[in-house]
Amino acid sequence: MKPALFSYAAPRSLDEALVLLAEHADDAQILAGGQSLAPMLNLRLAAPDWLIDVNRVPGLDVIEETAEGLRVGAMTRQNALLDHVADAPDWSLLAQAIPHVAHRGIRNRGTIGGSVALADPAAEAPACAIALDAVIRLASVRGEREVPASDFFLGLYETAREPDEMIVAVFYPRPAPGWLFGFDEVARRRGDYALAGLCAGMRVEEAFVRDARLVFFAVGDRPTRARVAEDALIGRNVADIAARAAACAAARAGIEVMPGGDCGVEYKRRLVGVLLERQLARFEAMGGDRDG
Amino acid sequence: MTVDFAQEARVRIETRVNGRTIRAEVPARLSLVEWLRDELGLTGSHVGCEHGVCGACTIVVDGSCLRGCLMFAAQADGCDVETIEGAVASGRLAALQEAFYRHAALQCGFCTSGMLLTAAELLARERNPGRQRIREELSGNYCRCTGYQSIVDAVEVAARAQQEENGS
Ligand SMILES: Cc1cc2nc3c(=O)[nH]c(=O)nc-3n(C[C@H](O)[C@H](O)[C@H](O)COP(=O)(O)OP(=O)(O)OC[C@H]3O[C@@H](n4cnc5c(N)ncnc54)[C@H](O)[C@@H]3O)c2cc1C
Ligand code: FES
Ligand code: FES
Repeated sequence: MKPALFSYAAPRSLDEALVLLAEHADDAQILAGGQSLAPMLNLRLAAPDWLIDVNRVPGLDVIEETAEGLRVGAMTRQNALLDHVADAPDWSLLAQAIPHVAHRGIRNRGTIGGSVALADPAAEAPACAIALDAVIRLASVRGEREVPASDFFLGLYETAREPDEMIVAVFYPRPAPGWLFGFDEVARRRGDYALAGLCAGMRVEEAFVRDARLVFFAVGDRPTRARVAEDALIGRNVADIAARAAACAAARAGIEVMPGGDCGVEYKRRLVGVLLERQLARFEAMGGDRDG
Repeated sequence: MTVDFAQEARVRIETRVNGRTIRAEVPARLSLVEWLRDELGLTGSHVGCEHGVCGACTIVVDGSCLRGCLMFAAQADGCDVETIEGAVASGRLAALQEAFYRHAALQCGFCTSGMLLTAAELLARERNPGRQRIREELSGNYCRCTGYQSIVDAVEVAARAQQEENGS
């Protein structure tokens, strides 16, 4: 047994879980899939007094799809979401990104809520949430609230969640017509954390870029939109090579790179340009398909 | 540092392991793979890194492969657990075992139970995975002996055999 001693509770309802969380807030950790928390416990990087295991709380792993969008319960296993979105054009970003989250055995257990709560800067799910303009739903004994993904990730493993709050769901609004999505990352092996990655969305009308969300991850201390690059593309033709080159240069120059990790700062910066360049070429092909 | 073991939280569980119902009381911080190995003597699942990277501890819970080192035994209450011992006895791995044997896809055997269970889940889900898909799916299982080539060979052969058997 490697973890330090802890008290263990496996509440059977959300209310019970929230009461426990309120009671122990700073000394407790929610145990979701355990795919990040259990390693931290085993390495004693985490030693909470309480583990609140929410795997037995009913209803937290429900996926609900409506005309408005996709509501994914926090305890939905990463692979369960992947199965749901596998052939859904609106959720192609999730379908492309999730296979890069660790390995099958880890995705069978790891949850979407856990990925979002952890806010690892190299994780795919937080970047997807921003690129899809998702909303994070939080609950506590004080009530429920919603935080847009764009305001949720504050820094390295840091989010807008209060210690007594639990993520109960992530809501992805259905993209309006014209939105195209693409995913790419560079990792040493399939399933490893990325050295750099991109979740990209672009609304294209008659081959012109109307809107863009270019979210880089595994680069800064949190998933980050390349706003200057987005602005360099909006209003331009998807086939405009000069505009694309300017956007790539802007992304490369403007992005904040967190030092440390598996590769150098300059290499990451280079990958940012490469990932965007490749993705813009794909968008041109996709935009052409739809409108031409 | 002294540890006050009187404080050790314990949890009662009732778990099906390879078809047998087992009732036990386990320390809350005992991992599922430790319980299976040390308490039940099912030593076919191995313990390598104990933080999720090597895949040697792979076991099947409620029909899906997972890391036995990242789940607590306490969480297996009410679950259906299958270890390599149960999977082999059921015969469902026979074709993969034969292919591993023929292609020398194991040397020391430390990774083999995890490789077999992971490969079996892939073959149950995909009719015709190519070498690329096989490599992707086995990327979470470390082998320090074979260099992987022979493992990919074996899984590829088993996939092809499965396809022929299903008549396609
Ligand atoms: C070898 C390995 C490789 C990996 N590779 C990747 C990868 O490439 N990309 C990637 O994204 N991830 C990767 N992971 C991490 C994996 O995806 C985790 O599943 C995920 O980060 C956390 O989800 P979880 O459900 O397991 O959460 P847990 O490990 O249970 O919890 C993580 C943290 O979030 C908190 N938490 C969990 N759920 C909630 C909730 N609903 N509300 C509030 N707080 C909550 C917990 O208290 C804890 O602090 C890898 C893990 C391993 C072991
Ligand atoms: S021992 Fe579980 S993954 Fe290595
Ligand atoms: S056969 Fe020795 S680790 Fe794979």
